[in-house]
Amino acid sequence: MTDFLQLVFSGMATGGIYALAALGFTLLWQASGTVNFAQGEFVMLPAFAMLAFGKFGLPLPLAFLATCVLAVGVLGWGFKRGIADPLLKFGLMPIVVATIGLAIALRNGVRAGYSAEAHPFPSLFADKLFHVGGATVTLADAGTLAIALVLVLGTQAFLARTVTGRAMQAVAQNTESATVLGIDVPRMVFYTFAINALLACAAALLVTPTYLAKFDMGESLGTKAFFAAIIGGFNNSRGALAGGLVVGVCENLAAAYLSPAYKDAVALVVFMAVVLFKPQGLLGRRVERKV
Amino acid sequence: MKRLPLVLAAAAVLLLLAVPPFLKNYGIYLFTYWLVFVIATMGLNLTIGYAGQKSLGHAAFFGIGAYTVAILMKAGFSFWLGLPAAMAGCFVVGLAIGFPALRVQALYLAFATLGFNTAVWLVLRNEEWLTGGTFGINNIARPSFLGLSLARPLAFYYFTLGVTALLAGCLWRLLASPWGKAFTALRDNPTRAESLGIDTRAYTLLSFAIGAVYAGVAGALFAPLVEFIEPAPFGVNASIMMYLMVVVGGAGHFLAPLLGAAVGVLLPEWLRFAQGWYLFFFGLAVVALMLWLPDGLLGIPERLRARRLARSARAAVLAEPREREA
Repeated sequence: MTDFLQLVFSGMATGGIYALAALGFTLLWQASGTVNFAQGEFVMLPAFAMLAFGKFGLPLPLAFLATCVLAVGVLGWGFKRGIADPLLKFGLMPIVVATIGLAIALRNGVRAGYSAEAHPFPSLFADKLFHVGGATVTLADAGTLAIALVLVLGTQAFLARTVTGRAMQAVAQNTESATVLGIDVPRMVFYTFAINALLACAAALLVTPTYLAKFDMGESLGTKAFFAAIIGGFNNSRGALAGGLVVGVCENLAAAYLSPAYKDAVALVVFMAVVLFKPQGLLGRRVERKV
Repeated sequence: MKRLPLVLAAAAVLLLLAVPPFLKNYGIYLFTYWLVFVIATMGLNLTIGYAGQKSLGHAAFFGIGAYTVAILMKAGFSFWLGLPAAMAGCFVVGLAIGFPALRVQALYLAFATLGFNTAVWLVLRNEEWLTGGTFGINNIARPSFLGLSLARPLAFYYFTLGVTALLAGCLWRLLASPWGKAFTALRDNPTRAESLGIDTRAYTLLSFAIGAVYAGVAGALFAPLVEFIEPAPFGVNASIMMYLMVVVGGAGHFLAPLLGAAVGVLLPEWLRFAQGWYLFFFGLAVVALMLWLPDGLLGIPERLRARRLARSARAAVLAEPREREA
């Protein structure tokens, strides 16, 4: 039982990180219909950027801030103007293919241009253990989960409570009426891309100490994020959190009790089960189609 | 105008028949390799281009086909038993994967197939007793056909060419039939197709499963062609490559697989100069291609036509400014 609790808890920490990536993914989809298959690489790049800033002598918090600024410019604005804007009018397929190409290019650009090795990454948290009800919990796991929760809930509060956030939601729900109501739609869509970039930076900060900075670290992360987003409910930003936690916990339990070799297939199985029995996702709304 | 494509097709067939005997073994191998991918992408083109489903796990079916044939042949069965087994296996698995995913949205199939491909790859790598794991299965013999040995590269090439032609014919017939019309109808407007009485779920599922069968045949030919299989060519990257082949060729064009597979097979050869940077350039090329030609290479003529129409329309408008103002 203590083993079980421990597995659940560390799974929730990983799940929190999946949730961050999944939330960005859901927001992009809602606001602009962009499906970003390079989402995992959007986490990998900030990890290397932080390492690079660290080499120039910046302490981790400053390196993180500098990376955030850079990410909003490159992964937010640059991605929107360079790839999403020109391709969205051609439908889903070109943007899916282009972002897959982007993911391959980024992954292998880092491998060929920088390093194929895994690089250690400074952890935010001290190496400390807690004992909760017999289970041992590391400070890193607890801290990761807490920060991820704060970020996801904070993003939701921003969307629900602030004028800008509500305008962004309006754009996501109905672009035309939002335009009529005087909302600056392109600006709101840009904000979504910026938030996606920031969430990716935060995910990088949290995940890299355990995963290490490596050119292919985004590969499985990106896939898990998609599955988490759909499991939770694609049209619901709260779903990303639920989906991320479900995937993280199931994966950890399956790796321990079934077979570690098939850990990466767990998200698929959960996804298939959810789609079979509750196609709109755990927290999603049913969407009626219009002719 | 109508005769030009026919002449081109005849010239292409002639080239395919006459050129390989003059090539060295590696050239023949590349040609055969290309044909195998033409078969695989024909199936994917049906799924993506005609039925409008986004499948990102085609290499998984390719792998199921290749491993079915290899395992059966290693167990002492004939290739001619392995081939139908591979086809049937891919069809059934295709139905099983497609059924839940297609219940919701086209996009979900993309995720389901992507994850499915990872799962298949994991099985190929981990189940050593069956698939040989990372060591793979080697010494896969080439089959014989009507008593003729296909062991020589040229013989196997002509055999593959024959299979390609046969499958292309089947696809052509299928697309011209009411079934094929139903496929394209539901790609263009699924809701309308459904309201016209087309059982969309059955048809999308079927198009996906038939696409999987084509991949299975391609895999069944791939195993004896390369004579050694291991999990690497059946991973997610391979699926994405096949998807790109279809899109680059121009999804929904009958001849797209010929062009797309040629680009997909030759591109790695051309990009060899880049060495470690190869995949980086490959990825960039994909992005650039999507930005310039989102409808693929075979979409170019249509684009030019559209531009010409737009230009003449603009000229017409400019010629009669008064009418427009009024």
